[in-house]
Amino acid sequence: MAQILLKDLYKTYGETPAVRGINLTIDENEFVVLVGPSGCGKTTTLRMIAGLEHITDGEIYIGERLINDVPPRDRDIAMVFQNYALYPHMTVHENMSFGLRLRKLPKDEIQRRVKEAADILDIGELLARRPKQLSGGQRQRVAMGRAIVRNPEAFLFDEPLSNLDAKLRVQMRTEIKLIHQRVRTTVVYVTHDQVEAMTLADRIVVMNDGIVEQVASPQEMYDNPSTRFVAGFIGSPSMNFLPCKLTGNGSGLSVILSDGIRLNVPADREGRYRDYLDRDLTFGIRPEHLTEQRQHTNADQQDFSCQVGVLEPMGIDTMVFMNIEGEDVCARAAPKSVKNPGEDMLFTIDMQNMHLIDPGTDKVL
Amino acid sequence: MAETTAKTAATTRESASRTAEKSRTSWITTQLENERVLGYVLLTPAFLLIIVFIAYPFALGTWMALTDKVVGQPGNFIGLANFAKLLDSDIFRTAAWNTVFFTVVATAIKAALGMWLAVLLNRKFSLSRVTRAAVLLPFIVPTVLSTLVWLWMLDGTFSVFNWILRWLWDMEISVFGLVIKEDFGYIRGPNWLGEPSWAMGSIIMANVWRGLPFFAISFLAALQTVPSELYDAADIDGASGWRKFWHVTLPMIKPVAIVVVVFSFVVTFADFQLVYVLTRGGPHNSTHLLATLAYQLSMHAGNLGEGAAAALFMVPLLFVVIVLQLTYLRRIGVD
Repeated sequence: MAQILLKDLYKTYGETPAVRGINLTIDENEFVVLVGPSGCGKTTTLRMIAGLEHITDGEIYIGERLINDVPPRDRDIAMVFQNYALYPHMTVHENMSFGLRLRKLPKDEIQRRVKEAADILDIGELLARRPKQLSGGQRQRVAMGRAIVRNPEAFLFDEPLSNLDAKLRVQMRTEIKLIHQRVRTTVVYVTHDQVEAMTLADRIVVMNDGIVEQVASPQEMYDNPSTRFVAGFIGSPSMNFLPCKLTGNGSGLSVILSDGIRLNVPADREGRYRDYLDRDLTFGIRPEHLTEQRQHTNADQQDFSCQVGVLEPMGIDTMVFMNIEGEDVCARAAPKSVKNPGEDMLFTIDMQNMHLIDPGTDKVL
Repeated sequence: MAETTAKTAATTRESASRTAEKSRTSWITTQLENERVLGYVLLTPAFLLIIVFIAYPFALGTWMALTDKVVGQPGNFIGLANFAKLLDSDIFRTAAWNTVFFTVVATAIKAALGMWLAVLLNRKFSLSRVTRAAVLLPFIVPTVLSTLVWLWMLDGTFSVFNWILRWLWDMEISVFGLVIKEDFGYIRGPNWLGEPSWAMGSIIMANVWRGLPFFAISFLAALQTVPSELYDAADIDGASGWRKFWHVTLPMIKPVAIVVVVFSFVVTFADFQLVYVLTRGGPHNSTHLLATLAYQLSMHAGNLGEGAAAALFMVPLLFVVIVLQLTYLRRIGVD
């Protein structure tokens, strides 16, 4: 179990940059999730840690050791692949023990480790089968088993759940978390699914276009995104963004979303936003902070009225889509409270959860 | 009123003629829409070709092998006498042994070199597509044509190999006055097609040259179906280049490799043109194969019965090989 350190990491394919200067410290036994849209460089970063991809520039340390030029087999890492990458001509047992056999471990030691891993993953019955006789979920377990038997310094997961159906994915997600609690080790996990990132990670690393946008714990990432990209990427349905103007209203500040919608900024944010007075900014609010009209529980909750566009019932809530100055806005309302499309409805917005973004830098203010 | 009646009559005539047309085409159409009928219809051309060009000659050959037929005369049934006579003859036993030796050695070399070439071609390098296409050339040139070129290259007097050998032998290499290689004087080079063992080697070489592209391209196609993640996984599991080949590549392409080897084995076993052009079975029958022997017996000597018997000897041998290898293929479970 070791710390992993990425220092000014670069990767270019010919002229195309894939990773553009990543600095990241992954602590011992920490579960870190790299998340971002496809092409953001997360898998490339993982493959560079694994040694499957040449590093264009920068340094990677596992523990104290600089491993830039160390071949994958000597890095003491194990990896779980998206397509499982099980050897189809080997049985489950042979798949799991292949790495150990290559390392010439004694037979009884191999037996012991395979059995132990099989017990953890509950695949003891499958050891004599071949991969094609297994279901997707079982293959995924075997792929993890192959990693566990190695007892490596770090586990690398490359979108391990994306080939599973939705239900199994949720189940395996919980199991990966359980396994990490049992087999304490450093984990770097790559996914494009922000829900997976939120549920699994000790810390999330949001990547976009080859750079790290933000590194934070899931809750911190949700509450205080540092850029517009992170704000939009984390959370489902994603945050609403509206152009707005920040103006003074006597003693305080307010944002103007449209002719009819003027909202007061919470008093404790005024210092933060004062410099941006009279500027065109982007207003951000998550759907869950924009609800049907409710009894106010704090002074920063405000009401406004808007015409209902489209309704998307989710069961527990109904998503209400409306149009404010040409932008689609989603609110999350109690099913019984919603009006019919075309009718006006009263909404309550919780301004304590508002965000203001500088459209020039895309930074959250 | 009258106008309406005329119009109705015209419409009736039109629809009547359409119904007639429909009933004419409909029998064939209905039959062809029946999948069982259509199946047989589609099978017929291939079936006829097989009957005329494979089944009939095979049956005729089998019948002839049981007769003493010579050219120009109807034969009499003589049972297995032809086979007995052949088994008793030295030439036949030599030819049978030559065929097995030629096939096994040539196929083994083709498989080994083909695998090596395929692994090389599977790498990414500039002009790799052009190179892959170029590798196929020996396969595209008509065998007789390319073999005639081999004939010249292996010629007793004009052999280009011997010419190069002589040139290298005669050359004196010196660097700064220091003689690295002396002039070793005159060398003649082997008589490629004139000496028994050199002749066998030569026909194997020509056969390997011609058959290699088939192996290389088939193996290359198989190599490209191996998912790259398996190599990533093997890298992380700690496999070196050679072990990756042994534990991942080879098992993954085994089914294709077996089919390719069986196919090539059959074709090589029955090879005729190459040997006929290069040596005609000589010298001293040292390169006689079953195919050339059968040709010589039936076409040159006119003993059609005996020739057919020699050709038929190939069938059980090949049958055993094919059954063995296909059984193996089924056992390892190709999906």
